[in-house]
Amino acid sequence: MAQWSSLSEAIAAHVHDGDFVALEGFTHLIPFAAGHEIIRQGRRGLALVRMTPDLIHDQMIGAGCAAKLTFSWGGNPGVGSLHRFRDAVENGWPAPLAIEERSHSDLANAYVAGAANLPFAVLRGYVGSSFEPMCPHVRSIVCPFTGERLAATPSIRPDVAIVHAQKADHKGNVLLWGILGVQKEAVLAAKRSIVTVEERVKSLDAPANACILPGWVVDAVCLVPRGAAPSYAHGYYDRDNAFYLRWDAISRERESFRAWLKEHVLDTADFAEYLRVLAGKSSQEAVR
Amino acid sequence: MPAGFTSDEIMTVSAARMLRNGAICFVGIGLPSTAANLARLLHAPDAVLIYESGPIGARPAVLPLSIGDGSLAETADTVVSTPEIFRYWLQGGRVDTGFLGAAQLDRFANINTTVIGDYHKPDVRLPGAGGAPEIGISAKEVLVIVKQSRRSFVEKLDFITSAGFLTGGDARERAGIRGKGPIAVITDLCILRPDRETRELTVSSIHPGITREQIRANTGWEVRFSDDCGTTEPPGEEELATLRDLLARTAKAHGATGVAA
Repeated sequence: MAQWSSLSEAIAAHVHDGDFVALEGFTHLIPFAAGHEIIRQGRRGLALVRMTPDLIHDQMIGAGCAAKLTFSWGGNPGVGSLHRFRDAVENGWPAPLAIEERSHSDLANAYVAGAANLPFAVLRGYVGSSFEPMCPHVRSIVCPFTGERLAATPSIRPDVAIVHAQKADHKGNVLLWGILGVQKEAVLAAKRSIVTVEERVKSLDAPANACILPGWVVDAVCLVPRGAAPSYAHGYYDRDNAFYLRWDAISRERESFRAWLKEHVLDTADFAEYLRVLAGKSSQEAVR
Repeated sequence: MPAGFTSDEIMTVSAARMLRNGAICFVGIGLPSTAANLARLLHAPDAVLIYESGPIGARPAVLPLSIGDGSLAETADTVVSTPEIFRYWLQGGRVDTGFLGAAQLDRFANINTTVIGDYHKPDVRLPGAGGAPEIGISAKEVLVIVKQSRRSFVEKLDFITSAGFLTGGDARERAGIRGKGPIAVITDLCILRPDRETRELTVSSIHPGITREQIRANTGWEVRFSDDCGTTEPPGEEELATLRDLLARTAKAHGATGVAA
């Protein structure tokens, strides 16, 4: 049953060193605030999973939180590489990062299989690619009815799933809309879940088929306005494209990344203070 | 290059022309998205653009910067979850054309967006597969748009992310892949199509002002030219005006970050 709590309490209670952690969001509703709190609390040895790891995963990897990343596309969308991710994979800095590489279709299917309490996903995928020879988690299975050979991959069953959404009511029922990604599947596949939201409302007032996570499948709900920034929350704020562009320069070198992380994440008390520091920086830059 | 248009412009316009009106098109971000939206604004108003983040029938006024921009959701006929996109719509066999970009490809139009160098100790870690492996399999046909150079057109791929014609001939069919595979690769220099027998990419149309020598110099294998290889029709006035207007609107909307996404 969902408990309303602060984000720092939720991360402390539900995310432990060595956990298998899904932070999901497909460009939209990316749980940046939760990722920062994981960094602030100094979690280590996490196995992270995300279809589209971007800046928040670059930050967690660069901060030394991660031992493994399961993913299907890792980049700074529209900008280029994730430099901290690449430094970890190519040079083992700040720690070696094991990777489990999938395709989008596979990982989406693997979350569905996890939510459906199945051990593996089956899909018509990967045929002719280098995945099956190179990646031990990509195997194949023969359909018992038609004889067709299909790809089989292990389902995703995280210890904890973390997502951001637009609204929750006082019981912790969560409503999200717009681009939904795999958030619902990630929450249902995980043992525990944390949802950060833009707004706490009396009633969700949602149509019957809306994407709702009932409060009883969620463990912690946290009010974190702008908690998905610099990504966007449909109906609340736009994507901060300029920050995605700036991240390329900030993250390129280890020292500039470390300085940024210390000032913006490690030395701030919470996401609200982070946003204030960031806003101060942006206005200084604008004056220059 | 003749005056009046750039090599990027003829690449995008040539790729846009290949998208049939009414086609159900699974669109990759970047150059494919630019070409598909240009086609929609020109000859293909009824093309249905599907993005892997969930929007079906997106009609963005400006080009999206990322695969999940809000403008895609706001202008779509419907927005479904990412598992649904891949399970029901792509694997379900409802996509006519997969429109892909590539970091590298080989003579049989196999694509690599995974690593350069050894998989376990890569020289360059690329972003990875995204939707490409299954788009390449399940779309009825595939268009590839990519800038041509010795870095992108290579003799041998270090990793096949998405299958083209594998080792050529009927290798793709023998592997049990349903979709027809790449029907054209559109670059800033030329258009290549698979040879009917060998399935090797063969230059079928050279952009105006480009020489065969330039194409050879920018291809990592000994590239062949088809017997009836011609010259690409230069972009028309309306095509150029529409493309430039789209890019200008995009730059205005996204500010300094409005690079051709």
